[in-house]
Amino acid sequence: MSDPATIDEVCAVAMAEAFRGDGEILCNPIGTTPIIGGRLARATFEPDMVMTDAVSVLAANILPVGDDEAPRLVEAWMPYRDVFDIVWSGRRHVVMGASQIDAHGNQNLAAIGDWRQPRAQLLGLRGAPGNLVNHATSYWVPNHSTRSFVPTVDVVSGPGYDRVAGLSRFIRDNHAIRRVVSNLGVFDFANDEQRMQLVSVHPGVTVDEVVDATGFELVVPDEVAESRQPTDEELRLIREVIDPHGLRKAEFR
Amino acid sequence: MTEDEVVAELESGMTIGIGGWGSRRKPMSLVRAIARSDLIDLTIVAYGGPDIGLLCATGKARKVVYGFVSLDSIPLEPHFRVARQTAAVDFAEFDEGAFYLGLLAAAHRVPFYPTRAGLGSDMLTMNPDLRTVASPYPDADGHHEELVAIPAFDIDVSLVHMNRADAGGNGQFLGPDLYFDDLFAKAAKRTFMSCEKVVPTGQLLDEGTFHTLKIPRLFVDGVVEAPRGAHFTECPPDYGRDEAFQREYAATAKDPEAWAAFRECYVDAPGHEAYLAAVDAREGSSS
Repeated sequence: MSDPATIDEVCAVAMAEAFRGDGEILCNPIGTTPIIGGRLARATFEPDMVMTDAVSVLAANILPVGDDEAPRLVEAWMPYRDVFDIVWSGRRHVVMGASQIDAHGNQNLAAIGDWRQPRAQLLGLRGAPGNLVNHATSYWVPNHSTRSFVPTVDVVSGPGYDRVAGLSRFIRDNHAIRRVVSNLGVFDFANDEQRMQLVSVHPGVTVDEVVDATGFELVVPDEVAESRQPTDEELRLIREVIDPHGLRKAEFR
Repeated sequence: MTEDEVVAELESGMTIGIGGWGSRRKPMSLVRAIARSDLIDLTIVAYGGPDIGLLCATGKARKVVYGFVSLDSIPLEPHFRVARQTAAVDFAEFDEGAFYLGLLAAAHRVPFYPTRAGLGSDMLTMNPDLRTVASPYPDADGHHEELVAIPAFDIDVSLVHMNRADAGGNGQFLGPDLYFDDLFAKAAKRTFMSCEKVVPTGQLLDEGTFHTLKIPRLFVDGVVEAPRGAHFTECPPDYGRDEAFQREYAATAKDPEAWAAFRECYVDAPGHEAYLAAVDAREGSSS
């Protein structure tokens, strides 16, 4: 038996589950926990996904996170320009962070305050506007609080369900926020109103804690599951193959 | 050419495109030459890194047009952060892919390229001059889909840095990614190219296949030989990023005295050789 899973490992598995059923697409997680999740999904239940080495190639082998020296089994050249072609082809599932996210899944990665002269300049719109209207997106929010789960985001980088409701059929057909994973639980938008709902709480977290840490009215089903535990094989892959140096711990300090 | 001869070709108020990506293969010797010139009111168009940070911090940029501004290992360019938070510069921020289309439209001399990127997001709010256009072709439901028209970036002069070039301006990249340097060259009225080493045309295939010769001299108006010209950004396979130097640069954004000292020592160094001498003389420098 392995040592019991810690919260970072539960989150990595919850992130991996975002990719279940994706098949042969570009799995493009951004951030340590999402990358571990993506690589874990490909190493187990989604072997057909392709992934970049976070530089410029698609690597067919499972790379240790944060290791620039690890040998790559190169299967294609993937300079940045070609990533945009894949975005526009729709064959991609990205995981981005969100400094703020609201009940409809609107994401802010750009700025806090007035965008004309922000109180805090953040990363910017980055690729979020194009991602959301072309292919599946999930979010990773390691610091779940009323400051990150907010009634209204200051700037919309990635549009949520309310923002795309009036847009073209193409966009409505291609826009999908599969799941949001935070350090407290897992969320999706799979209800008639397409509002954020609680799917599961991580071990040791109560529903009330999640509700209290959320700055909008969360849809809470009568029965809320506990996020699933990693299997022994998943723990081995995370600890020995994908993140042998424990970089995943840094987001939980 | 020299860096200063390139700068002599520029004028205040111009729109300058800069190749590279984040803190990767930026034509830094040319950027510093602009920073210590008397040019003002420039509009800078780039997948931004320390080029935008430096030209904001030295007051050269009136406006910046970008897909992002990052130092890669430091996710947000700290001098750019200051410029945005103090509203020191005008700005036009684009989705990263939409930015590509602005370059492509300019390179192809069409007024715009259509995209869905920006619909539903605040990219349109933040760029009130952006317009949408209805597809002239109906979709399967008979609707004419509304798309964002990304205007061609009107670039006067582009600056790019290559690993190798010949004297005529045929450029060669030997690293893993050309980024958008060929499009910057094609999008601009004139392009100046710095490179690690000028080689005879007959030696261009010594270090890379012809697939690495992506910028023909058709699109290049002058070549500057600048060894370590991309420092402190990376320029593989010739050298990696100088992370220690980048950290030092980044830290000056929060400390006016440190910035003044950095600027005097490095930015205002009279020429690329003097800059490299100052870099190599740093305490703890390993190079």
